[in-house]
Amino acid sequence: MGLLSDPVRRRALARIVLRLNAPLCVLSYVAGIAWFLALAFPPLTQRTYMSENAMGSTMVEEQFVGGDRARAFARDFTAHHRKSGALPVAWLERTMQSVGLEVYTQSFSRKLPFPDETHERYMVLGTNVYGILRAPRAASTESLVLTVPCGPGSTNSQAVGLMLALAAHFRGQIYWAKDIIFLVTEHDLLGTEAWLEAYHDVNVTGIQSSPLQGRAGAIQAAVALELSSDVVTSLDVTVEGLNGQLPNLDLLNLFQTFCQKGGLLCTLQGKLQPQDWTSLDGPLQSLQTLLLMVLRQASGRPHGPHGLFLRYRVEALTLRGINSFRQYKYDLVAVGRALEGMFRKLNHLLERLHQSFFFYLLPALSRFVSIGLYMPAAGFLLLVLGLKISSLHEAGVNPEEAGGPSNPAPTLPAAQAMGLALYILPVLGQHAVVLTLLAIYVAGLALPHNTHRHSSGPELPLNLPPCRVMSSQAPDRGWMALKLVALIYLALQLGCISLTNFSLGFLLAATMVPAAALINPHGPRSLYAILLVLTSPAATLLGSLFLWRELQEMPLSLSEGWQLFLAALAQGVLEHHTYSALLFPLLTLGLYPCWLLFWNVLFWK
Amino acid sequence: MAAPLALVLVVAVTVRAALFRSSLAEFISERVEVVSPLNSWKRVVEGLSLLDLGVSPYSGAVFHEVSVPFHFIILWSLITDALTAVALYFAIQDFNKVVFKKQKLLLELDQYAPDVAELIRTPMEMRYIPLKVALLLGYSIPLFLFTGSAFLSAIFLALATYQSLYPITLFVPGLLYLLQRQYIPVKVKSKAFWIFSWEYAMMYGGSLVVIICLSFFLLSSWDFIPAVYGFILSVPDLTPNIGLFWYFFAEMFEHFSLFFVCVFQINVFFYTVPLAIKLKEHPIFFMFIQIAIISIFKSYPTVGDVALYMAFFPVWNHLYRFLRNIFVLACIIIICSFLFPVLWHLWIYAGSANSNFFYAITLTFNVGQILLISDYFYAFLRREYYLTHGLYLTAKDGTEAMLVLK
Repeated sequence: MGLLSDPVRRRALARIVLRLNAPLCVLSYVAGIAWFLALAFPPLTQRTYMSENAMGSTMVEEQFVGGDRARAFARDFTAHHRKSGALPVAWLERTMQSVGLEVYTQSFSRKLPFPDETHERYMVLGTNVYGILRAPRAASTESLVLTVPCGPGSTNSQAVGLMLALAAHFRGQIYWAKDIIFLVTEHDLLGTEAWLEAYHDVNVTGIQSSPLQGRAGAIQAAVALELSSDVVTSLDVTVEGLNGQLPNLDLLNLFQTFCQKGGLLCTLQGKLQPQDWTSLDGPLQSLQTLLLMVLRQASGRPHGPHGLFLRYRVEALTLRGINSFRQYKYDLVAVGRALEGMFRKLNHLLERLHQSFFFYLLPALSRFVSIGLYMPAAGFLLLVLGLKISSLHEAGVNPEEAGGPSNPAPTLPAAQAMGLALYILPVLGQHAVVLTLLAIYVAGLALPHNTHRHSSGPELPLNLPPCRVMSSQAPDRGWMALKLVALIYLALQLGCISLTNFSLGFLLAATMVPAAALINPHGPRSLYAILLVLTSPAATLLGSLFLWRELQEMPLSLSEGWQLFLAALAQGVLEHHTYSALLFPLLTLGLYPCWLLFWNVLFWK
Repeated sequence: MAAPLALVLVVAVTVRAALFRSSLAEFISERVEVVSPLNSWKRVVEGLSLLDLGVSPYSGAVFHEVSVPFHFIILWSLITDALTAVALYFAIQDFNKVVFKKQKLLLELDQYAPDVAELIRTPMEMRYIPLKVALLLGYSIPLFLFTGSAFLSAIFLALATYQSLYPITLFVPGLLYLLQRQYIPVKVKSKAFWIFSWEYAMMYGGSLVVIICLSFFLLSSWDFIPAVYGFILSVPDLTPNIGLFWYFFAEMFEHFSLFFVCVFQINVFFYTVPLAIKLKEHPIFFMFIQIAIISIFKSYPTVGDVALYMAFFPVWNHLYRFLRNIFVLACIIIICSFLFPVLWHLWIYAGSANSNFFYAITLTFNVGQILLISDYFYAFLRREYYLTHGLYLTAKDGTEAMLVLK
C-alpha cells in the first residue's frame, strides 16, 4: 500500500510524471507506432504450424475427379437460373436428391431499414436450399458446412457445380464421421444469416425465416466458396469476419497445407507470399498485407459468408477463385481436391478447433503475429492517454468541476445526446440516410458556440461537494476538468474496443490519441481545429478508404473516394441493422461524443 | 422536503416499472453481474410454478429464496424499493438531527479544538443529503428503520437476516446505535448496558424464531433451511459473478473445500469485533462499513449490493477532503464495470478468453472496493483526529506535520 498511503513517495512520483510528461507521451506514441510497423518483420512474425493433433498427423489422399460433372452441373444451373430469374429451387432440389442428399428448403424475407443502393434491394425475399449428407456410421451429432452464396445474377454458378460434384463424390465414401451440409443461399449474406439464425434457433437481427425442417448437429467448421469462372489462377482466402472476429488459425493452416500439397497458388488479401525475407522487399510486402488485414478487420464487415458463421462459434473461411492474367491455370479438379482434403481432415476432429490462436494478424499466409506480440502496440498508445490523465490529476484537476460555474451548460450530456441523434435519426429518413448522417455530424461541430451562450443556470445540488473553493485558477480548471473526463472516456472506450477488435482499437487510437493529448484552448486554435477534424472518426474512415485502395494498388481519385465514402457510410448503417455489426453504434454512441468533448475543450471560452 | 421526495419516488417507480416491462429486462436478467442464484427472477418464477403444482419449491436445487414474501411477490419488489427509499430518507434525516445534537454538545463541552470550524457540518449542506441518498438507491433488501424504536428495528433486522444470512452482523451496530440513543455508555461493568443488550438480543432472537416458524407453517416443511441458509453458507453454485468465491472453489479439490468455505465465510463476520471496538462511538459509520463488508465478501454479491452501500456515500460527503485515492479508485471501479461485460463476451461468446480474465476483473473490482472502504475509514478517523487535535498540526519543532496511517 506504499504508493496509496505514503504521501512522500506519491509526491515524488507526481513530480516525475508532471515534469517528464511531454517527452514520455511522445516516446510512448512513437514506440506504439514503431512496434506496430515492426510486426511485419521476422523477429515478431512466426511461421504458422498446425496445433490441432487430430488434423496434423493424418495423411489423406484426394480422389476427386469430377471436373466434367461439375462443369455440367454449372451449365445447367446457369441455364435454369437465367430462365427463372431467381434461384432455381426446384432444379436444385432435384439435383441434390439425385446426388443422394436429404434436401430441405427455407424461405426468408427481410425489409431493409432503407433502400440499399449498392445491391439495389429493399424488400428481400429468398429461398435457401440445403442438402445434408448423413454420415453412414455416426449419430449426426456434429456437422461440417460447405456453403455457396448466390447473388442476384448467376455469378457463382461454377461453385454450385463444384459443390454438387463434390457432394456426389462424398456420397460414395464411407469414412465420414460428421454430417456434411451443402448450403446454397440466395441474396448471399442475408440468406446465410437467415439460415444460421434458424439453425441455431435464435433471432438476433429481425429477419423473418421459416423454421428449418432438417438439422445435422453442432457445426464444427464451414467453408464458403465463390468461383467466378471454371478455371482459376489462384485461390484467395478471407478470414476477417463480423466485428473483426477471426476463425481459429488452424483452419487457415489447414487451407495452406492443402494449397501447398496440391501446388495451388494461394493468396491472402490478393497478394502472394513474399519469397525472400532477407532483403527489404519481403518485409515491405508483408507490411502491406498486414495493413490490409488491419483495415479489413477494423471495418467490422463480414467479408463473406464465413463472417456470419463466426458469431455462432463456427470456424469458417471464404475461398474465392481468382482468374487473372497468369499463364498457369487450375481447373475445378484442383480446387475440388483441395476442398476434399480439407473436409477429410476436418472429419478427423474430435473436438472443436481451440488449440490454435483466435486473435492474430497475418503478414503473409504462412506467417502470423500472435496477440501477445501485437497488443503492446495498443498498450503504448493507451499509455499516452494514461500519462495525460495522471498529469492532469496530479495538477489538481478534479472531474467534478467539468460542469462547474464557469461553463454551466453540461457538455457531457449534450455530446452524448448528439451521438444518440446521430445513431437514431438517419435511419428514420428513408432516402437521405447518408445526408442526414453528415448533416448531424457537422451540426455537432457547432455545439461549443451554442452552449457558451447560455447564462448560468440553477446549480444542481448533486454536483459539487460542499468544500470546493473556486480559486483564481477557475477559468483553466473548467476546460482541464472537461479534458480529464474526455480522456478517461476515450481511454475506456479504446481499451474495451482493443480487447475485442485490436485493429479497430489501434486504428482509432493511432489517429485520436495525439489530438486528444495535444488539445487545449490556449494554442494555435485553427491548427488544432484542423488536427481535430482530420482525426475525427469520419475523417479516419475516409482516410482508411484511400489507404486501403492505395495498398491494393488501385488508387482512388478524390471524387471516386468521396463516392466510396458515402457508400461505405450507408453500408455501415445497413450492416448494423441487418447483421448487428457494431462499428456504427460504436462510432456514433461512443467515439463521436468523446470527440465532441475534445472539440468543446478546444473552443472553451 | 416532501415535494422533491414524492417527485423522486414517482420517477423512480415509473422508471422501474418501465424497465421491468421493456425488452431490456430480458437482457439484464441474464447478466451475471446483476443476478445471483439468490435473487434471480427466473428462479422465483420456477419456484412459484412448482408451488402451483403443489410441490415444495425447494425440491429442485434451483430455488433459494425465502417463502414469506412469496405470496405477494409481484408488487413486493416495487413496494419495497419505494419503501426503502422513503425509509432511507427519513433515516438519514434522523441521523442528521442526531449528529447535530452531538456536535452541539461537544462544542459546548469545548472538546473540539478551536480551528476546526470548517469541519463542522452545517445544516445547509445536510439538507440535501437525504434526497441524494434516496436518488441513488437501487436494489432493495429489507432495511431496518432506526426510528429509535428498539422493537421495530429488531423485527426488521430479523427480517433481513431471515432473507440472507449476513445482516446478522448488523446486530452489533444496531445495538450500539440504540445504546447511544438511550445514553447508555458502552462499558463492560455497566449494568444498564447488559440489560439493554439482553433485551435487544431477546427481541431480535424472538422475532427471528417467529419468522422462521411462520415460514415453516407456510410450507409445512423445514426444507427451506438447507435450501436457503445451507446454500448461502456452503456455496455449492459456482456460476461466475462479481464476487470472490466462484473461481476459488471451482479450482479447489473436494478435500479442502470445507476448510476454505469456513475461512471465506468467517471473513465476512470477522471484522465486526475490531470495528465495534474502534467505532463504538460512531455506530452509523460502523453500520455503513459493515454493510460494505457484507456486500464485498458475501457469497453471491451483485451490483445491487454495491449500489446499496454506495447509496450512503452522500452521508459522508464531508469526508471527501480527507480521501486520498478517490480518483484512482473511482477510475478502477468504472473501468472494471465496463470491462465486466467485455470479458464476459470474450469468454462465453467469442470463446477465446477464459475464466482467468473475468476473474482478474473481479479481483480488481473487489480490490478497488476494499481500498475504497478503507479509504473512507481512514478519512473518518482522520477527521475525528483533527476535530480533537486541531486542523493545522505542528510537530514538536513547529514545522507542519502530516498525519500518516501506519
